[in-house]
Amino acid sequence: MAVDRETQFHVLAVDDSLIDRKLIERLLKVSSYQVTTAESGIKALELLGLRDEQSSSPSSSSSSSSSSLSTNQQEIEVNLIITDYCMPEMTGYDLLKRVKASSSLKDIPVVIMSSENVPSRIDRCLEEGAEEFFLKPVKLSDMNRLRSHLLKGKSQVQENEIQQNQDDHKLKEDNGEISSSNSLNCKDSKRKSREIEEELSSPERKRQRFPSSSLAVES
Amino acid sequence: MDVSMLQRTYTDLLTSLFREGILNQQFIELQQLQDENNPGFVNEVVSLFFEDAGRLITELISNFNQQAVDYKKVDAYVHQLKGSSASIGAEKIRSVCQTFREYYDKNDIQGCYNCIQPLKQEFMTFKSKLEALFALEQQIVAAGGSIPMMRH
Repeated sequence: MAVDRETQFHVLAVDDSLIDRKLIERLLKVSSYQVTTAESGIKALELLGLRDEQSSSPSSSSSSSSSSLSTNQQEIEVNLIITDYCMPEMTGYDLLKRVKASSSLKDIPVVIMSSENVPSRIDRCLEEGAEEFFLKPVKLSDMNRLRSHLLKGKSQVQENEIQQNQDDHKLKEDNGEISSSNSLNCKDSKRKSREIEEELSSPERKRQRFPSSSLAVES
Repeated sequence: MDVSMLQRTYTDLLTSLFREGILNQQFIELQQLQDENNPGFVNEVVSLFFEDAGRLITELISNFNQQAVDYKKVDAYVHQLKGSSASIGAEKIRSVCQTFREYYDKNDIQGCYNCIQPLKQEFMTFKSKLEALFALEQQIVAAGGSIPMMRH
């Protein structure tokens, strides 16, 4: 599980249109991201290791929080989810809600794409925790806007997990249990955040970080 | 085959496609995503579009030929077609789809119906022009030349 990955960010792109999937995949690859695509919200959740109604249970064994989902060999770890809004069965908004409701996935930044510029739709998504809203067709220049969300998400995950680990540890110490459900993720995040720290000198680093539950609007 | 003549023909064709509003800036965006490592990207995506759009238009026409037209279904098809045509820069097709949806929103059935033939027509024009464009590309490459890039 502790595979040494490159510092390449991994993006999950979700869209029911094959053409749009090809396009977003290419846009992301040209921008040096590792890409996995999914044709539906349901498929996306499967890839993320989230089955129906299931979110990481606090009593997961130390072997891995994904052990109960080991039947799904395609499970991936991503740094950002970019999803189309209009999809049959599960919309991008529904997917966003599911991700934000999941303790294991909630810190992953989510970007919504739509061919329609509907202010109420945009607001709803941002309120639900989407980082940004892209109008389709998505362009190469839009890819630049992902970077700050990715970095924010990465350090956010690391911060939250460190805090959570500290809290869990304290709690479980008190209860006589041992917590390690986040240890593997934390290791990866720690390594990556060190590398990020090294390569970063951009202003984004100094931008105030919002807790993931509050409105995160990029102007 | 004279490479520079092929290249000129190619540029002329591409320029005319923009001038006539058959293609828009998004097509240039697609071309910019193509490189030596991914030389067939535009061709691949446009070919997918040919299949996709062809299928959608066939469905549209067959739906309109029925006794009771399922307009919701038809609108869904047009929404899809609008999306994919916008993604590849097929401006005229996208535009007709938009017009259709405007009529649909106003419950103007006749208006909707009047869009179907133009949609088919625009698609056929688009297909034949883009096929010609790709054929020229192949000829240029076969003759050892490079494909001229357009800056819009």
